[in-house]
Amino acid sequence: MSVLHPVLSVRDLRVEFVTRRGILKAIDGISFDIAKGEVLGVVGESGAGKSVTGSAVIGLIDPPGRIAGGEIHLSGMRIDNLPPEEMRRVRGKRIGMIFQDPLTSLNPLYRVSEQLIETIRTHTNLSASAARKRAIDLLAEVGIPAPDKRIDSYPHEFSGGMRQRVVIALALCAEPELIIADEPTTALDVSVQAQIISLLKRLGREHGTAIMLVTHDMGVIAETADRVAVMYAGRIAEIGPVRDVVQNPLHPYAKGLMGAIPSLENDSSERLVQIPGSMPRLSAIPPGCPFNPRCPNVFDRCRVERPDPIQHSEHRVACHLYDQSPVRSEAVA
Amino acid sequence: MAEAIQTAPTTPSEPASWVGRFLDSDVWASFKRSKLTIAAAFLTVLFMAAAVLAGVLAPQDPFDPAQLDLLNSRLPPIWNAEGMAPFLLGSDEQGRDIFSAILYGLRISLAVGILGVAFSATLGIALGLIAGYVGGTVDAVIMRIADVQLTFPAILIALLVDGVVKSVLGGQLDAGTTLSVLVFSIGLSFWVQYARTVRGSVMVEKNKDYIAAARLIGLPAPVIMFRHVLPNVLGPVLVIATINLALAIITEATLSFLGTGMPETMPSLGTLIRIGNNYLFSGEWWIVAFPGIALALLVLSINLLGDWLRDALNPRLR
Amino acid sequence: MLAFIVRRALQAIGVLLAVGIIAFAMFRFAGDPVNQIVSIDTPAAEREQVRRSLGLDDPVPVQMARYLVRTAQGDFGVSYQFRQPVSDLLAERMPATLELALCATIFATVFGVLMGVYSGLKRDSVLAKVFQTISLIGISLPTFLIGILLIYLFAVTLGWLPSYGRGDTVQLGWWSTGLLTGSGLKALIMPSITLGLFQMTLIMRIVRAEMLEVLRTDYIKFARARGLTTRAIHFGHALKNTLVPVITIVGLQFGSVIAFAIITETVFQWPGMGLLFVQAVQNVDIPIMAAYLMLVALIFVAINLAVDILYTVVDPRLRTTIRQPT
Repeated sequence: MSVLHPVLSVRDLRVEFVTRRGILKAIDGISFDIAKGEVLGVVGESGAGKSVTGSAVIGLIDPPGRIAGGEIHLSGMRIDNLPPEEMRRVRGKRIGMIFQDPLTSLNPLYRVSEQLIETIRTHTNLSASAARKRAIDLLAEVGIPAPDKRIDSYPHEFSGGMRQRVVIALALCAEPELIIADEPTTALDVSVQAQIISLLKRLGREHGTAIMLVTHDMGVIAETADRVAVMYAGRIAEIGPVRDVVQNPLHPYAKGLMGAIPSLENDSSERLVQIPGSMPRLSAIPPGCPFNPRCPNVFDRCRVERPDPIQHSEHRVACHLYDQSPVRSEAVA
Repeated sequence: MAEAIQTAPTTPSEPASWVGRFLDSDVWASFKRSKLTIAAAFLTVLFMAAAVLAGVLAPQDPFDPAQLDLLNSRLPPIWNAEGMAPFLLGSDEQGRDIFSAILYGLRISLAVGILGVAFSATLGIALGLIAGYVGGTVDAVIMRIADVQLTFPAILIALLVDGVVKSVLGGQLDAGTTLSVLVFSIGLSFWVQYARTVRGSVMVEKNKDYIAAARLIGLPAPVIMFRHVLPNVLGPVLVIATINLALAIITEATLSFLGTGMPETMPSLGTLIRIGNNYLFSGEWWIVAFPGIALALLVLSINLLGDWLRDALNPRLR
Repeated sequence: MLAFIVRRALQAIGVLLAVGIIAFAMFRFAGDPVNQIVSIDTPAAEREQVRRSLGLDDPVPVQMARYLVRTAQGDFGVSYQFRQPVSDLLAERMPATLELALCATIFATVFGVLMGVYSGLKRDSVLAKVFQTISLIGISLPTFLIGILLIYLFAVTLGWLPSYGRGDTVQLGWWSTGLLTGSGLKALIMPSITLGLFQMTLIMRIVRAEMLEVLRTDYIKFARARGLTTRAIHFGHALKNTLVPVITIVGLQFGSVIAFAIITETVFQWPGMGLLFVQAVQNVDIPIMAAYLMLVALIFVAINLAVDILYTVVDPRLRTTIRQPT
């Protein structure tokens, strides 16, 4: 290992929600890294903990939720235990965030210029006029035509796709090292989705920004991400290079997930697989492997012992099937 | 139609008995959980009992001039050195026992309040059913009247109705007629909310299949609707009625305080406060204080009950 | 936007017309106006003449039209009690009521918003619970009781503030103001609090609820993710979005404040329109009652219109015209 730190390093992160009925483990010990310029896709069903992971990294877990353990490092600096005011300075400056719905992410009562300049001036020492100039440049960079004219419009005067570009510009205000994009395309038209994704890819490439792309859309992941983490019930089931995981998933859940998307590259004679059942609620996660009630390859050990992530070729997979004896043929069965 | 659904107070039609649902549901459980609500319910019941039993509990009949003795006038409460039994809370200018006057005043305040609410609920439900069912011009007229009336505070409407009715009836009115006029004015001031709620529910039910089916088999649809709509709106109507009871009692007290309500010969709590207000400067604070406290506690208890009922019947708000 | 305002204005005129008809009906049918003018022993022939001179033998629609036209010109007839034109009486009393209503509204808005914002941001704090309790009491205590309580405390017991009247007033043209003298300002304090308390609790409750609602929105979450300061988020973003409903309430309630001034003016013997109205109701002085009704309706309608227009100023989404880039 070199001294070069990954942009984001998450170690054994746990997030809990304290409710009247007890403590719900929303995130239960996950670890991953994102390198400079890398796009990590995070996939899973809703409730798997994808968005909570993003919120935890940017320090926006609200009570009754709390980070219960683990560490988060940003370029080598631990950020999960920062005092609130210091964490606020990290947000927006070193970590940018993009939310799902551009229609509701922007304050309707303020002009786009006001929201951009406010953000820029919060994190830099730029004068008002310099900040305005930077705001126009940012809008141009995210592909808003005639930005010097459009900048003083109100959010409702933009289309959905244009608004998401504004949101991205807002996330880029202070040249962050990491961008967390939480379902950035879900609320958009299909035709606009591709534009936003290519914009994100281009920005990441040009600025060397690390991107954590949270989505349930495997198509978006396959197209954009360098690596992918498959989450299930608050844990990472499998993480690895996107091509490997998509084409050759190891974890039975990942297999099901990949099987559920039609592929042009693979042999199309295979039937689309459907995973029976549904993900357990946080209040009713089974002991052992959380996937065991739905797993086609389940055996006794899965029902009692929680699988730890195991390095397997370039993947890390949390499944007892791959423990010690790499019986790949058996797994594929 | 979309608008009608939005204004509908209740979700799907559940013609099941509301009372059965009540004991089953969270409503009863939430009642037992809230100490404040229990206290409020206890106080409300206590006030009602005191009003009903006023004749038995009160040492004096404050409405009977023969029982008043000017020698006993302006006595302070009994714990004061100058206090005197049986004038527990002191007496007023005419030698009227404040405690007795409060019990009898409570009776009048509650009677006007409850009758006023009953009148406005009946009027509002009837108009709401008609507006919702007949639709068209009738609906438009009723709802426009409701809109216009809603822009004025109830107290203003009540004052106006009171003034007009008195001018039509002419001359000095006896206490009984005044009471009826008060009930009438309060009833006319508070019908709008019921009408809107019921109308919204009717609009939803109106297009349902069972109405068509009832028509097909020749049943009068209004009868069926009445049976189906009423159980649905009973919850909201009960909430409105409870909160309006507090408002009606305040309105009556205000009218009486302003001198257009109950006369001094048959005082309600508001009249007592009006009387007592004149003695504030000469230091006889008890004449106004105790009726004031009674009125405030009564209204507060009913308000608390109303708040709880609204929250309990509408889980969305919790 | 113009079409919207025109439509609202037409609705407003419709409401005024409806109230005018009610006022006419009161005027014409509640008691015989002739009886108010002539004495009891006036012979029938003379009564008939008075009746004709008042135009009361014309068909009812004609009378109504005449009444409405006169009303629109500000002629509300002559008070039975005072034998003076009602419009003069109202004009004389109006400044007192409007100043009281204005002070009450300012009091209610300032404290209501402050308390509402505080209890919205720190809803579990002790102070927030205290505010909640105050608001419950404010809604449960009848206005006149609050007034009496204040008088007992600050006028009778402590002797700090006057218990009735406006204090000294200064005449600015036809407008008499109590805002320019010390005693006038002192006299305003208790009536304003009494009148404003209910509105204050209302505004507090609304601001609190709106604040909680707005703090849950995505754009607040996004503002936090942008690293804006808590101060900027709470007072720049959240409060501004909260203020839209507050403006509506403050505006719409201003009419109610004027109407509720009836009670406060009676408690404090405040020489305003409300006191005049109560005396009119007590003495069945129909012209004053009808005129007051019309006036309050006019104020309500004007305020509704103003609030609608103000709305479009605060919330850019409601402006249908796209502004030109500067």
